[in-house]
Amino acid sequence: MTLKSNAPTGDIEKRWDKHRFDMKLVNPANKRKFDVIVVGTGLAGASAAATMAELGYNIKAFCYQDSPRRAHSIAAQGGINAAKNYQNDGDSVYRLFYDTVKGGDFRSRESNVYRLAQVSVNIIDQAVAQGVPFAREYGGLLANRSFGGAQVSRTFYAKGQTGQQLLLGAYSALSKMIAAGKVEMYTRHEMLELIVEDGRARGIVVRDLNTGKLEAHTADAVCLCTGGYGNVFYLSTNAKGCNVTASWRAHKQGAYFANPCYTQIHPTCIPPSGDYQSKLTLMSESLRNDGRVWVPKDPKDATKDPTSISEKDRDYYLERRYPAFGNLVPRDIASRAAKKACDDGFGVGPMVGGKRTGVYLDFADAIKRESKERILEKYGNLFEMYERITGDDPCETPMRIYPASHYTMGGLWVDYNLMSNVDGLFVLGEANFSDHGANRLGASALMQGLSDGYFVISYSMGNYLARVGKNDIKADSSAAKGAVKAVEKRISDLIEIGQKGSTHPDEFHRKLGTLMYDYCGMSRNADGLKKALEEIPTLREQFWDDVQILGSGTELNMMLEKAGRVADFLELAELMCHDALDRDESCGAHFREEHVREDGEAKRNDEDYTYVAAWEHSGDHANPKLHKESLEFEYVKLSQRSYK
Amino acid sequence: MSDDTIDLKLFVWRQEGPDAPGDFQDYSKYAKGVSTHASFLEMLDLVNERMSADGERPIVFDHDCREGICGCCGAVINGIPHGPQKQTTTCQLHMRQFENGAEIYVEPFRAGAFPIVKDLMVDRSSFDDIIQAGGFISVRTGSAPDANEIPIPKESADASMDAATCIGCGACVAACPNASASLFTAAKLAHLNMLPQGQAERYKRTRLMIQAHDDAGFGGCTNHRECEAACPKGISTDFIARANRDLLVATVTGKDGRLV
Repeated sequence: MTLKSNAPTGDIEKRWDKHRFDMKLVNPANKRKFDVIVVGTGLAGASAAATMAELGYNIKAFCYQDSPRRAHSIAAQGGINAAKNYQNDGDSVYRLFYDTVKGGDFRSRESNVYRLAQVSVNIIDQAVAQGVPFAREYGGLLANRSFGGAQVSRTFYAKGQTGQQLLLGAYSALSKMIAAGKVEMYTRHEMLELIVEDGRARGIVVRDLNTGKLEAHTADAVCLCTGGYGNVFYLSTNAKGCNVTASWRAHKQGAYFANPCYTQIHPTCIPPSGDYQSKLTLMSESLRNDGRVWVPKDPKDATKDPTSISEKDRDYYLERRYPAFGNLVPRDIASRAAKKACDDGFGVGPMVGGKRTGVYLDFADAIKRESKERILEKYGNLFEMYERITGDDPCETPMRIYPASHYTMGGLWVDYNLMSNVDGLFVLGEANFSDHGANRLGASALMQGLSDGYFVISYSMGNYLARVGKNDIKADSSAAKGAVKAVEKRISDLIEIGQKGSTHPDEFHRKLGTLMYDYCGMSRNADGLKKALEEIPTLREQFWDDVQILGSGTELNMMLEKAGRVADFLELAELMCHDALDRDESCGAHFREEHVREDGEAKRNDEDYTYVAAWEHSGDHANPKLHKESLEFEYVKLSQRSYK
Repeated sequence: MSDDTIDLKLFVWRQEGPDAPGDFQDYSKYAKGVSTHASFLEMLDLVNERMSADGERPIVFDHDCREGICGCCGAVINGIPHGPQKQTTTCQLHMRQFENGAEIYVEPFRAGAFPIVKDLMVDRSSFDDIIQAGGFISVRTGSAPDANEIPIPKESADASMDAATCIGCGACVAACPNASASLFTAAKLAHLNMLPQGQAERYKRTRLMIQAHDDAGFGGCTNHRECEAACPKGISTDFIARANRDLLVATVTGKDGRLV
């Protein structure tokens, strides 16, 4: 199969307009005849479900949480970008487009990114109209702040809770449509299979998490808005429930998985404090504006009170290695430098898994320079959060930070219409691969989720349904029944092994996470990846031999839920390593140690790797098959990123 | 940072389902050597893993983000929703708040309108029902005016944000002697009613949401203010007064759309 992006050509400014005109429409009276399934109720899912319901489609929406309001978009702190140019500081749609393509290290599709920048302005209008209480200036107009990778102030924010407020906005729109009877909401339901027949997505199989009951739901199209797969690393900033299962099931039913090796590791998170650690908490990157990063020069000082270590015995390694940007180098560089310091034995904090994984982020100089009050004014809520978790006051003793898995740029392959290579299967938000290339800039995730949900799917869904018409496969058809049977078998297999098994699913997940951080994390090399490709299948075999699951499949069973998700992560992990090995260059967050520029930065190989790697599943235990979509850069010239 | 650990006397409420009887079980033997740097939920994870190793069914509890924002988690810990630390969700509560040998009783948020699903997990869908009754501003996608068309005084926007910060966890209900969800309902009303965009539906919204609150079986507010004390986001009961005032105006003037 050749991958067709279906991206329009011509002037980039006019592509989306032209495409919107070229797309087919469904007449208002006919929209009510079509059913659409939306899986996931984060920013992409809630906005898509609400918007399509407003247009007249009948929506069934599913989430695994007990309420659609709890999807993990809620945890985004910093803000959302939009090319409003309210600050009169030189911003424009073109500049946001340019920054995003460059920030993604030239591995995204120009047409998609331009559209994203175009609709960004509509997102802010929509959110404000819904009552999202963005920060304002005294004159009553919207305030902005600047964010990494940009020289203009284009980020809109609501304290440190922008994701929460945007999600509550989308959730309120969704709630209105639920009340109007246009959305049927299924909470605490997890998608476990995609129903495909004759190459068209026809529905899904879900499990009611409270009762264990399996059900097939059919529709004319399916939208996956199920987020990223950052939890493959076990310790991440994702919610505990975030998983790859919906995407992975779709992948095994034929949907290509694109660029799985593009994963973003965020530099400023609170490090693990012990083996019991269940997740890592992100601390806003803004802290690096005033904090100085250092480690002791002598590893013996690792356990010493940091305030008693004299200046000459400290290594401010970012300031030393990157004198121009110092502590403000981009995310990927800061992350790799922290890992190097700890790998070389200079880490601080408690021993976890035989290593000290932490570096200091010190505010003593900033407090001396500006006063404690001024620093607390800027970072008070973050300092409180840090103290609640660690018990230390950052005003008295330096913070300890360490990078953690945060966002995944890779995801299911989609064309310009957000449709995967499986007809009728649309993928929105973090779950698709489309807009961020090899690295996502801060405050762009919220923008993309809402762009897809509010302003793109509403058009492309109509175009698709007008073209193909109604789906005639129903929940009692053989295709649907077959899919339910397959899920039943998978669950009964797991339960059968689980009754005899002795190792908790979390234990496998932890081992997988360590493997992935070591070999497919902040930096990768061919030897490590090959080693991971040997070790992951072994771990997977052990899992299918010895995983422990108490209880049955026909009741609320959190061990079973967990085991099912870990099983899919174990397969995804292998694909990630294949992709990372295949991409024999460094780009964005994908850092291959073999390809480093003299200044220590990622060295791209545009000649050979200016493509999207879309992987086809070719059976269990068989090597995945690579399809390439080549990328053209007509507007933003290919150049090396430099933040020096 | 030291490797301090504590032993707990841990009692957890176990209940198979909404109608099954439940009681406290003593899990002290699984709660020894707990790191004081672990969070409360990590302590429960540890207990669950140790129980599983003994073939005992793990304790069911709701949780997701584990950074105090999704509102999934919540248990009554020694009689206080989310435990002893002020303005802290259960997932953000850390074991250093407890002494070695501490006796800890963990039970679900209790309210008639929050039926128990299993063990510590409760069904809070009545909160969604309240929002569906009117917790929104009706604006179709695409029909919004420019975001800066309506200036909003910073003070109003900030006050609205203070109300909007609610995470919908339900601690207010668990803390209230009347099992009232007045704080939850009033916070959403204040968030929308204090903004210019929210004016068109203000009084209708107030009547419908309070009606949905009462229909769900939540009690009325009698000013105990336990909710404010338990709220992990420190939301003020002033918002309840504000909601009552809007309800009064709606009822007396007919501005809720019933009379005009």
